[in-house]
Amino acid sequence: MTATIEPEIGKARLRKEDARLITGRTRWTDNLTVPGMLHATILRSPMAHAKITSIDTTEAKKMRGVVAVYTAKDVDPESSIGMPCAWPITPDMKAPRRPMLAADTVNFAGEGVAVVIARSAAEARDAMEAIEVDYEDLPVVLDIEEALKDGADLVHPDLETNKNALWVFDSGEAGTGASVEDAIRDAEVTVTRRFRQQRLVPAFMEPRSVLVDPTSSQLTMWSATQVPHILRTMTALTLGIEEHKIRVIAPDVGGGFGGKIGVLPEELLTVTVARKLNKPVKWTETRSECMMTAHHGRDQIQDITITAKRDGTVTGLKVDLIADMGAYLGLVAPGVPILGAFMFNAIYKFPAYRFACTNVFTNKTITDAYRGAGRPEATFAIERIMDELAVELGMDPMELREKNWIKHEEFPFTTVCGLTYDSGNYEAATSKAMELFDYDGLRREQKERRDRNDPVQLGIGISTFTEMCGLAPSRVLGSLDYGAGGWEHGAIRMLPTGKVEVITGSSPHGQGHETAWSQIVADQLGVPFEDVEVLHGDTQSSHKGLDTYGSRSLAVGAIAVVKAAEKVIAKAKPIAAHMMEASEDDLEFANGKFTVRGTDKSTAIQDIALAVFAAHDLPDGVEPTLDSEAVYDPENFSFPHGTHLAAVDVDTETGRVTLRKYVCVDDIGVVVNPLIADGQVHGGLAQGIAQALYEEAVYDESGTLQSGTFADYLLPSAADLPSFTTDRTETPSTTNPLGVKGVGEAGTIASTPAVVNAVVDAVRHFGVNDIEMPTTPMRVWTAINGGPSDAGGLGSESGGGLGSIDVPGGQQ
Amino acid sequence: MIPANFDYVAPAGVDEAVRALAEAGEDAKVLAGGQSLLPVLRMRLAAPTTIVDLRKVGDMRGVREDGDAIVIGAMTTHYEVQRDPLVAEHAELIKLATDTVADPQVRHRGTFGGALAHADPAGDLPAPAVALGAEFVIAGPSGRRTVPAAEFFVDFFTTALQPDELLVEVRVPKHTGWGAHYEKFNRVAQAWSIVGVAACVRADGGTIAEARVALTNMAATPVRATGVENALVGQPANAESIKAAAAHAAEGTSPTADGNADERYRKHLAEVLTGRAVAAAAGS
Ligand SMILES: Cc1cc2nc3c(=O)[nH]c(=O)nc-3n(C[C@H](O)[C@H](O)[C@H](O)COP(=O)(O)OP(=O)(O)OC[C@H]3O[C@@H](n4cnc5c(N)ncnc54)[C@H](O)[C@@H]3O)c2cc1C
Repeated sequence: MTATIEPEIGKARLRKEDARLITGRTRWTDNLTVPGMLHATILRSPMAHAKITSIDTTEAKKMRGVVAVYTAKDVDPESSIGMPCAWPITPDMKAPRRPMLAADTVNFAGEGVAVVIARSAAEARDAMEAIEVDYEDLPVVLDIEEALKDGADLVHPDLETNKNALWVFDSGEAGTGASVEDAIRDAEVTVTRRFRQQRLVPAFMEPRSVLVDPTSSQLTMWSATQVPHILRTMTALTLGIEEHKIRVIAPDVGGGFGGKIGVLPEELLTVTVARKLNKPVKWTETRSECMMTAHHGRDQIQDITITAKRDGTVTGLKVDLIADMGAYLGLVAPGVPILGAFMFNAIYKFPAYRFACTNVFTNKTITDAYRGAGRPEATFAIERIMDELAVELGMDPMELREKNWIKHEEFPFTTVCGLTYDSGNYEAATSKAMELFDYDGLRREQKERRDRNDPVQLGIGISTFTEMCGLAPSRVLGSLDYGAGGWEHGAIRMLPTGKVEVITGSSPHGQGHETAWSQIVADQLGVPFEDVEVLHGDTQSSHKGLDTYGSRSLAVGAIAVVKAAEKVIAKAKPIAAHMMEASEDDLEFANGKFTVRGTDKSTAIQDIALAVFAAHDLPDGVEPTLDSEAVYDPENFSFPHGTHLAAVDVDTETGRVTLRKYVCVDDIGVVVNPLIADGQVHGGLAQGIAQALYEEAVYDESGTLQSGTFADYLLPSAADLPSFTTDRTETPSTTNPLGVKGVGEAGTIASTPAVVNAVVDAVRHFGVNDIEMPTTPMRVWTAINGGPSDAGGLGSESGGGLGSIDVPGGQQ
Repeated sequence: MIPANFDYVAPAGVDEAVRALAEAGEDAKVLAGGQSLLPVLRMRLAAPTTIVDLRKVGDMRGVREDGDAIVIGAMTTHYEVQRDPLVAEHAELIKLATDTVADPQVRHRGTFGGALAHADPAGDLPAPAVALGAEFVIAGPSGRRTVPAAEFFVDFFTTALQPDELLVEVRVPKHTGWGAHYEKFNRVAQAWSIVGVAACVRADGGTIAEARVALTNMAATPVRATGVENALVGQPANAESIKAAAAHAAEGTSPTADGNADERYRKHLAEVLTGRAVAAAAGS
């Protein structure tokens, strides 16, 4: 009768939002201006740890255009306001107060000490120069192992320790597996390694920015945040403003990667000064401020012990982490390594597992969630040590993995740390990847080059990863002492003309929600893709939500929208029956139409929307609306997985690593939009490869960030990366009705160990069994020549370029 | 990132620019493409009182032939240098080095003269200029003077230019028919050199007749690798003799240590990269 409309899910639609995002002709926070708006600039400490002995703002206050200059005692006279930490991982966790501006002591280089508010940003910047601050040095705590020793200098002396918390999971004690100590005692083979997760800068494209207008009945805060809903509630709780008097808007946001998950001192400071002055105030950071003060990612030392039988069967895994929190706790920072706790066992059937993580304070910028948040660190360690175990056993690294991974017929599978993986097919993804990669051919070439002592050696790296996505079942978060649930909200408004507004509580900052949600709703309601508009990020329209992180948008947020769509159809059904004078039992809904079984009568959802709008003739007792909302709380995580294979050329004369080939086959369940999925994978790969090869936030011995510009902090561009071969297998998640799993973090999580495994594989015959990240040419060359695996670090002098301009004797 | 206040003038000719500089006094700064100066201003690492913008000075832009040299105007952009037929024919080394500078956006704005006047030890153009024996034509209040490349680069970010002087143009002796190569070693495509080697070789029937080699970022200023040059001349253009000559590359260098390379590694790189640069230049 009616031709079936081609489903939207699965179509490689170009993204609706791209034209405005790419051209920048849109509402970024810093593009916004409201009448009477003032500009704030924050003076930041150049010292990592010091007492503030005096601050003199007299001259600054006299400067042209200056409206006010405030210090801590002006904005928080009682010294009572502290940034929230939502994840107290243990009852005895130490949580120092993180002020909006430092009062007596600065605890990291970049901490704010004063704020200037002026009529223009330039005037604020000029006045900042005129503030005089005197500091008295305090001992600087930088090394996380030193920080834990008895008698160590303390970041926060009142805490009497630099230890934030110790969190332990032991499968023997939890009853989810055996005891690791027994496994180690009985082991036929034991491999122990220490890996270092260097500090990374999230390097999102749009620096952070916040504009606060306190002059309307609801104080309005625009912020370049990925968590507008959390920000609203936390602003209320932290500053004591009634929640219904706050509206938060995340307009278009230019990237985040976790880096915009915080509730920032700068945000709450801007609220505070705007209220003090009763004027709109905007603060936008410079790139230098962003590098220095926006939270960093990773930064762990990982001590890993793996045990196995001679035949390659793994018997135990023991993980001891030390994680650098920086000077204070970020919103979810203490829990970031804990998210990793569930991922070290990865796709393998470990019978015994123990994880212990000690979080430590240092005089550095705080760390917090960064793309993958705990899971890349875990995946790196397990995939690296599987390679080392393979070498110890004399096995092919893929064969070792295959021997130990969960077979596809074993799903659902409950792991040694108690998670139930709902679905997966590691065999399928791996065999596809091996074929695309030509694994055997490359191994032959590798041997041939080794045999003839070619100066350019080939290395092959494997990463068979999984991750837990779709954060998160609220009861699981509760059991981990997280401060909120993991549900998401979605709503649908049917407009009189048959067009549709979709409201989502997850808050996109580049992921393409508007396109994907439109495709999903178009299928659910049978309306054209173009007829759907997706609203997000404004607490006035999207009044409820838990925002975007942890690959949760599709697997949680979009499911709420699906549930809302189901309610729309349920509401429409009695009305359709009434309109067609049929019994509800005889109705079927498909392709946007209710049809009466056995007749040619039909009514489109748009016609019903109009009838509801008029409400002239509705069945008795029916509410005149189709609008519906739903909150979805997932019952389980989703578990994307994949097989990533990297081939690198290592120039043994210079140590340079060239990534020559990269193949990945990801299983992310049902794919809503292949183009968006590919984009997420490509970007994720670039970021993960960058950790392996390029990026590192380096501090000097005084606690100054050395890699504070993009001349020193090396981000790769397309010119540095090969053309990726990306493919997929599709094993639907059985946890949600769409069968989706999430793809936002996959590339980042999987790629780092694949590349480092390849680098080490290329030079293993020189006696190398590890090279610290990033595997710079100097590190690789040094390792080949028998030196340490962590050569380098910034020297006392800079090597030229933009970063060298500020050395003594540099450009005047 | 907002620079401190400054006065701004945009003179229309060289003489006018020299006058403007003199009037503005000690704290004036010349602005060419701004690719190095603007970051410095925006980070407030410098706060000149006056900016003398050269963008309207038309007679400092372009490449011309002058006897046995070509003359490159200081305001010629990297992009123009890359595409100039005279540069390609007579000073290919400069074209090849310019190809490795930054990214297309920077190359459209940054200038040949600006890169040389900036004298960044990690910059890619000083070494080719030294290798080719370029001469720097400088205009000041007392007229024009010409400074040889070896004397132009004085120290880190420091040249023979006085605060009241302008670099007008650079005379590059023709190296027509020479083989050339610039071997740049960096970690990501748009980064500065960790070490760079500029090599230019005239081969005569399989024998190296003349060679010019200079190194980027192996000291505060570009280093002319005379030991390598001497060892090459008269030798067959083959792998062994090039390798033997390249072993002299680190002589007389005093490289800095930074996160990318310590002194030992830089010296090692200089030798390896010199071998590669010379081999490529010699077509072997
Ligand atoms: C992202 C980025 C990457 C880069 N990568 C590289 C690279 O890989 N290799 C490389 O070599 N360079 C690199 N550069 C620098 C680039 O080459 C600059 O263009 C160049 O160094 C300066 O040229 P400019 O015309 O922009 O000079 P400006 O920035 O305008 O001036 C630089 C300095 O020279 C002075 N000056 C300029 N012209 C004159 C003149 N005619 N007379 C007297 N003084 C003058 C100025 O006063 C100033 O002190 C990079 C720059 C950027 C922004």
